[in-house]
Amino acid sequence: MWDYTDKVLDHFRNPRNVGTIEKPDGLGEVGSMACGDALKLTFKLGPDKRIAEAKFQTFGCASAIASSSALTEMIKGMTLEEAGKVTNQDIADFLGGLPEQKMHCSVLGREALEVAIANYHNGGKTPKKMLEGKVVCHCFGVTEQEIERVVRDNHLVTAEQVTHYCKAGGGCGNCIPDIEAIITRITDEKKKAAAEPSRRMTVLEKIQRIGDTLTREIRPMLQKDGGDVELVDVVGNRVIVSFRGMCAHCPSASVTIKEVVEAKLKEFVAPDLVVEEEKP
Amino acid sequence: MKNIYLDNNATTAVAPEVMAAMQPFFTELWGNPSSMHVFGGQVARYVSLAREQVAAMLHADPSEIVFTSCGTESDNMAIFGAIEAATRPLRIITSRVEHPAVLGPCRRLKESGMDVVELGVDNAGRLDLAELKTALAAGPALVTIMWANNETGVIFPIREIAELVKAAGGILHTDAVQAVGKIPIDLRQVPVDMLSLSGHKLHAPKGIGALYIRKGTRIKPFMIGGHQENGRRGGTENVPYIVGLGKACELAQSSIKDENTRVAALRDRLEAGLLKSCPDTRVNGDRQNRLPNTTNISFQFIEGEAILYHLSDNGVAAASGSACTSGSLEPSHVIRAMGVPFTAAHGSTRFSFSRYNTDADVDAVLACMPGIVKKLRAMSPFVKQS
Repeated sequence: MWDYTDKVLDHFRNPRNVGTIEKPDGLGEVGSMACGDALKLTFKLGPDKRIAEAKFQTFGCASAIASSSALTEMIKGMTLEEAGKVTNQDIADFLGGLPEQKMHCSVLGREALEVAIANYHNGGKTPKKMLEGKVVCHCFGVTEQEIERVVRDNHLVTAEQVTHYCKAGGGCGNCIPDIEAIITRITDEKKKAAAEPSRRMTVLEKIQRIGDTLTREIRPMLQKDGGDVELVDVVGNRVIVSFRGMCAHCPSASVTIKEVVEAKLKEFVAPDLVVEEEKP
Repeated sequence: MKNIYLDNNATTAVAPEVMAAMQPFFTELWGNPSSMHVFGGQVARYVSLAREQVAAMLHADPSEIVFTSCGTESDNMAIFGAIEAATRPLRIITSRVEHPAVLGPCRRLKESGMDVVELGVDNAGRLDLAELKTALAAGPALVTIMWANNETGVIFPIREIAELVKAAGGILHTDAVQAVGKIPIDLRQVPVDMLSLSGHKLHAPKGIGALYIRKGTRIKPFMIGGHQENGRRGGTENVPYIVGLGKACELAQSSIKDENTRVAALRDRLEAGLLKSCPDTRVNGDRQNRLPNTTNISFQFIEGEAILYHLSDNGVAAASGSACTSGSLEPSHVIRAMGVPFTAAHGSTRFSFSRYNTDADVDAVLACMPGIVKKLRAMSPFVKQS
């Protein structure tokens, strides 16, 4: 069985807001029977222009039902601008997390919401543009735009992750090289952006980017070997970190600092960073 | 809440008699059967006895039985072993609905340049024997076709297939993992060259299997480095489990009548009850030629994983061919090969019985299933809500 959180199981067993709203203000239908999951989301706005009511119908597994139910609970009371900022990760977080292979369920929710909002702005008609785009994965009908979106939103680095998040590449597998090319393009763009900052980063931005890079690029690598690293402080261009787990006692920690931590931070944040280990 | 186990094609409970038969081989009788002393000698006889028990169930000679670690190993050994031992280049003929333990080796051989033909099935999961004949006419082949399908229970006409293969001068291996213990098998009547079986599908533990290799069949050993199993499979014998498999085969032989009468009746009652109480429901697979313990039912417009979780909340264990449970993003390859429409494929649910199931188990599923289907359909965008 999947390692579902209690909250996922609760929303699966007792789904909130099942159904369809008659004459909704926004309607979003995504997925298909062939893909194995489909979601129909409807919402109605209150006089204050906030979402007063949201309902869903879902064909899909336990986590697809739970993600839809969670989504309807989350967006109630939001303005459409606020709702437009909900990411698939927000849906997963609301449920206390989803197994990675099931992240596509949360993406389905975000997509339905996006379509429903566009449908509202377009006077109750779903804009054609949303449904088009260059299809990369023909098995599941996933467009280039959608793959880019999940890669950016969730900082994905492998084609396998992309499959978990939006199914692309999970059928015949012929499009995997295309998915890898998209990932490489986005990673290169990020590197470029880091190498030539168009304007000075604020201290806050710098710390944020250091933190993101640690979480995304560095810690998973160290955790694989039973180690870990934490950010202690940032003083000018000096980044002070502390090793945990296996790394704390590792004789090669000084090499790891230069060749892994510093190299990655230089690559993704700013080329003038220097990393130091916190001295007890 | 009582747990009701209806997933016996996945694995079965170890029979208490099997457990009791194995127990001494962990405590007193722990010798190596190859050793030239009393510790070994007293154990070796039990390995021979188990070999006789397995052979008896298949109506084979004990010298034709090789113990392996599982059904997958048996399949790999048969396919790679026969290809490597062949004195002339062989083609491979298999079916699209085989277990991955057969499809995996076949696809590996295809990658290395071998000619591999995968026969299709019709919408009831039946093979087209004319298609097999055509494939056989193209040159000498190793044919590997299952005796019965794990997902639908559909039984292939192995005797006719064997006769066709033999007439064409080919070699036939059959993955009989699901058939052994559920239907009578008499290898004096059915001229297969190799047959795979797995212990944990017939109330022996996981980690033991066997490959039947008919006398005269050439096979190059797969696991090398020991004289065990007559040089056909190296490695110190897993004595307790071999003894367990022997006992399980003996028990299966004596319960096969029960399996084909009482167990079949339980399955039929469940199937009829579900078709009656749940609208838009269909049985997948040929109901005339089917294992007595298996039914595969599609509940249309709803998804299998959601069904299984609700069943589990009601204490019922079953399986599904839906994408979310097949470990991939697409529904089961068996269901797809049968051309089952997507509206039904994702909601396919398998109930598989054993001799330990009772009427009360059927009642429990019949009591909860209509409510589950109703609940999931009420939230399905593909169902017109009234």
